[in-house]
Amino acid sequence: MDDFYKEYILDHYRNPRNFGHLDKPTAVAEDLNPLCGDKIKMELLVGADGKIADVRFSGKGCAISQASASMLTESIKGKTLEEVAHLSHDVVLENVGIGISPTRMKCAMLGLKVAKSAALGEIATWPDEAAT
Amino acid sequence: MIAPVDARAAAIAADFPILAKPTSRGKRLVYLDSAASSQKPQAVIDTLVDYYSSYNANIHRGVYEIAARATDAFEAARAKVARFVNAAHSAEIIWTRNTTEAINLVSFTWGMQNLGPGDAILTTQVEHHSNLVPWQLLASKTGAQLRYIQARDDGTLVLDDLDALLAGTKLVALSHVSNVLGSIAPLEAIVPRAHAAGALVLVDAAQSVPHMPVDVQALDVDFLAVSGHKMCAPTGIGFLYGKRALLEAMPPFLTGGDMIRTVAYDTTTFAELPWKFEAGTSNIADAIAFGTACDYLSNVGMAWIREHEIQITAYALERLAPFAARGLVCYGPARAADRGGVISFNFADIHAHDLASILDLDGVCIRAGHHCAMPLMDKMNWPATARASFYLYTTEADIDALVAALEKAAEVFKIS
Repeated sequence: MDDFYKEYILDHYRNPRNFGHLDKPTAVAEDLNPLCGDKIKMELLVGADGKIADVRFSGKGCAISQASASMLTESIKGKTLEEVAHLSHDVVLENVGIGISPTRMKCAMLGLKVAKSAALGEIATWPDEAAT
Repeated sequence: MIAPVDARAAAIAADFPILAKPTSRGKRLVYLDSAASSQKPQAVIDTLVDYYSSYNANIHRGVYEIAARATDAFEAARAKVARFVNAAHSAEIIWTRNTTEAINLVSFTWGMQNLGPGDAILTTQVEHHSNLVPWQLLASKTGAQLRYIQARDDGTLVLDDLDALLAGTKLVALSHVSNVLGSIAPLEAIVPRAHAAGALVLVDAAQSVPHMPVDVQALDVDFLAVSGHKMCAPTGIGFLYGKRALLEAMPPFLTGGDMIRTVAYDTTTFAELPWKFEAGTSNIADAIAFGTACDYLSNVGMAWIREHEIQITAYALERLAPFAARGLVCYGPARAADRGGVISFNFADIHAHDLASILDLDGVCIRAGHHCAMPLMDKMNWPATARASFYLYTTEADIDALVAALEKAAEVFKIS
């Protein structure tokens, strides 16, 4: 934690990547962390090849939640929805580096939780999936 | 002028063993979150150990010696709490788990019995969820209307249209001191007007009774709710004060053991006050320790505690003022004398949670978030605030540590 607020974390906090909205997203989800009021919305656009062609996030909150979501948007471009739905916490831990205290883990994981729920929500509405 | 008061606070801090224990990083513990929960003096901790190791027994029924001793101590604690807020009778003090449960008790009993369509409940825009959610639910169950006294940006209440708001109001439920802004409700002005309009007054005193002299008879409030853990007592114990005639006319809240006089297969008669409202085995140990906390605070002197908190708040506001140039904004009334020992603030673009994490590295404990007052945060358009809160053991050295840690946060976030 001592050196958690590294240069690149602050950079993503103050200059978030892929921040904003998509015109016609394929999958959307949002959630908040009621403990601290952090809010994140994720919008995913799946291309003809089944891979995520574009992504936007919006929301407000602490540097950890916002930087973590910003970095995640860069990580999930080019992945399929199934891949996003099955992402583990490791992707966030690799992005933000080590040293998040347990009390702040929920902040760091909020973007991932929302991205996964967007992907899962879209997968769940596919006819072949709904039949199983 | 400040020095003697601060020297006494430093001596008082020595009564609180946790304040002498360094953090895992070897820092001095700088506890600035007493509005969330206070620390406990050794005397209160000793009371718990003494009960469990010397006279642990159930109350109101055992005929043996330690049961009698437990019962006496339990009821003596009730009398101490009654004296602490100057209630006319011990029977007007009902033990609850906390402020929230005390407010719910009134909502579920008096509220369900007395409110209906066409009636109104009047609260304020600065309430903690504990004094808001129960009234929202009561309104939806009874068809009563929920109204709000408007608050200015510093948390002070707009009373110009109070008489109009009181028309049809049966209950005014408001906090004495705001847990976010520290603003103090002028009860001496509001209570007589509420009574003149035929309304009762319930006061959420979670942030006032621990910090200043409060006299329920002088204020003439009808109900008053308090948590022990914010005033040096253990968690899990609080109380509801209610005027005797009101409590006697109210139906019981929770029912079962201990709150009955007679039970037959088809009917039950209830115990007298205060036990009518205390179903099941009470929180005996914590109630007794609550009595010790009242003794402890009375020995220090509530007037002194109030004076100390005004001085330490003034000192903190003075030390924080130079940060304004770098984007630190303090909320609440400008003058320390007009507020409780609570300062909510935001610092430039540092989110309150990040600030709290950075301060924690130096052992400085502050609260960050919505402070269980989401409607107020929305009204003010604050996603979150940081909050430092003070008590009888808070010293100038604690404020200096806060200021030093804020400097560090400014460095980390490159704020110049």
